[in-house]
Amino acid sequence: MVRVDGRGNGLVHVRGLDKKYQRGSEEIHVLQGLNLDVDASDFVAFMGPSGSGKTTLLNLLGGIDLPSAGSITVGGDEITHMSASKLTAWRARHVGFIFQMYNLIPVLTAFQNVELPLLLTKLSKAERRRHVETALGIVGLADRMDHYPRQLSGGQEQRVGIARAIVADPTFLLCDEPTGDLDRKSADEVMDLLSRLVREHHKTVLLVTHDPVAAERAQTVLHLDKGVLVEGRTVEVR
Amino acid sequence: MKYRHLIFANLFRKKIRTTLTLGSFLVALFLFGLLAAVRGAFNQGVEVAGVNRLDVINKVSIIQPLPISYKEKLERIPGITLVTHENWFGGVYQDERNFFPQFAIQDETFRQMYPEFILSDDQWKAFAEDREGAIVGENTAERFHWKVGDRIPIKGTIFPGTWEFNICGIYKGSRPQDDTTQFWFHYKYLEERESAYWKGLIGWYIVRIDSPDNGARIAGAIDETFANSPWETKTETEQALAAGFAKQAGNIEFLLVSVGSVVFFTLLLVTGNTMAIAVRERMRELAVLKAVGFSDSFVLALVLGESLLLAAIGGGFGLLLCKLATPVLSKASGGLLPYLYLAPLTVASGLLVALMVGTAAGILPAWSAMRLRVVDALRRV
Repeated sequence: MVRVDGRGNGLVHVRGLDKKYQRGSEEIHVLQGLNLDVDASDFVAFMGPSGSGKTTLLNLLGGIDLPSAGSITVGGDEITHMSASKLTAWRARHVGFIFQMYNLIPVLTAFQNVELPLLLTKLSKAERRRHVETALGIVGLADRMDHYPRQLSGGQEQRVGIARAIVADPTFLLCDEPTGDLDRKSADEVMDLLSRLVREHHKTVLLVTHDPVAAERAQTVLHLDKGVLVEGRTVEVR
Repeated sequence: MKYRHLIFANLFRKKIRTTLTLGSFLVALFLFGLLAAVRGAFNQGVEVAGVNRLDVINKVSIIQPLPISYKEKLERIPGITLVTHENWFGGVYQDERNFFPQFAIQDETFRQMYPEFILSDDQWKAFAEDREGAIVGENTAERFHWKVGDRIPIKGTIFPGTWEFNICGIYKGSRPQDDTTQFWFHYKYLEERESAYWKGLIGWYIVRIDSPDNGARIAGAIDETFANSPWETKTETEQALAAGFAKQAGNIEFLLVSVGSVVFFTLLLVTGNTMAIAVRERMRELAVLKAVGFSDSFVLALVLGESLLLAAIGGGFGLLLCKLATPVLSKASGGLLPYLYLAPLTVASGLLVALMVGTAAGILPAWSAMRLRVVDALRRV
């Protein structure tokens, strides 16, 4: 259940979130008093015009940017007042990022890219291998684990990116335009995969997209307009 | 070391650039090693000089002789436990370029004075029994393919005529840096043949003292004993005398420091630039690492680790190459630098300097990577 009226108490709990940027003498108010509650296993899509604050919201939820005011609580942890080092450790445990440009490390194989978040854990080499193989199996790339990103198609690269995001079993996935750089067929495959992660693996997915077709896959579509969240529609995830 | 592949993969992503930077380290450390070896070769006499030996030379100059009668007087000075003497011969074997030092020695005392030179009793005995006998260091023997039993003609420059010697023994040094280029023959042979000019004269004395702590006192006593005589003496430690010879070749220390400084400063700029470019190219990747949970200090260590690895590999190969090249260059020097030797301390110092350059070159790019804001870096296309 997703609420924007400030009366819920979900897994992700946002209250009065403000974000301002200073550009010269001009102050840009990107997000204004935003409230949001997202439950576990929700699949939420954020839509809106460029500059509406979608990516900023995602960055704040992922703890890679700090709000000007307001609070963000995830699974009981209030992240807005965490120290930088605590926030880094929190991200490692709770957040899986999926980027538009995939952001794989080109000199590492698919396996090594997916293994990256696990290097921060105390898992043994064998355990890490098992986790990576499972994650690459879920995204359908078990047979490409020794390939470098340059040897994969865009869709495959993004699936490796998804495997990297899920391998450490984070609390939620933050997807910033994950289909923005893909053709329709590859985009559909990626969205199928995200839907399956919600449906079969009960992942919580927060997606920013310009693509209405991609947004249709989400249970809830929220619109951001001039830094304010407007509730959209809620459907059963397909 | 689960992050090893991450460091290596990043380091070799631009193979040509990395190879060129490694090459810079290689050349710099090769040069460092070579300069240090040259310095060592010039100062070799200083390094191997015995701390309990004093050299007594003519006060006017080392090329002026001293009377052999001083030997007994020296032996009576308290603190002196052994006295021997040498003569510079200055002969030429076949060609003037074939330089090696020849000394006329007093055989038994000489042997006791220099225990660091190793020769079998049989060979010493053969030498003692042969008036024209000679002992040669293994370096010179190898250089001219001499062996025991060979008869060697040497043309005198100070003492005219051709002198023939029988090789009775080949000595070795007990330490790698010991000089094994020398050629020794009997003082008696020299004295007999040059009796008109050289009767009763020797080149200089070497005395062994009971304790290095008494060196200054005994040197003073020696010079005082022979003061106001026709043959006044100047006594100094073997180390001081060798250092004086080394200085005559020029200020090698200054050359080493100035050339080395320029080379390493240039290397610092080259490597610093390489690391800065390497970090700038991968801002997004470093941001992704931070986004997935790698700490700022990890990113700092990663970039610094790459720089240090570059320094260690390049520097290590440079020093290895220098180690392999010094014996070859030593031979090619035609006896000028018989002991071009890369000491373990030089290798350790070289690696330390390389790592310091690696740290200095990597610290700024590593710092900027550490301070990188994830959001800003991800926004860059």
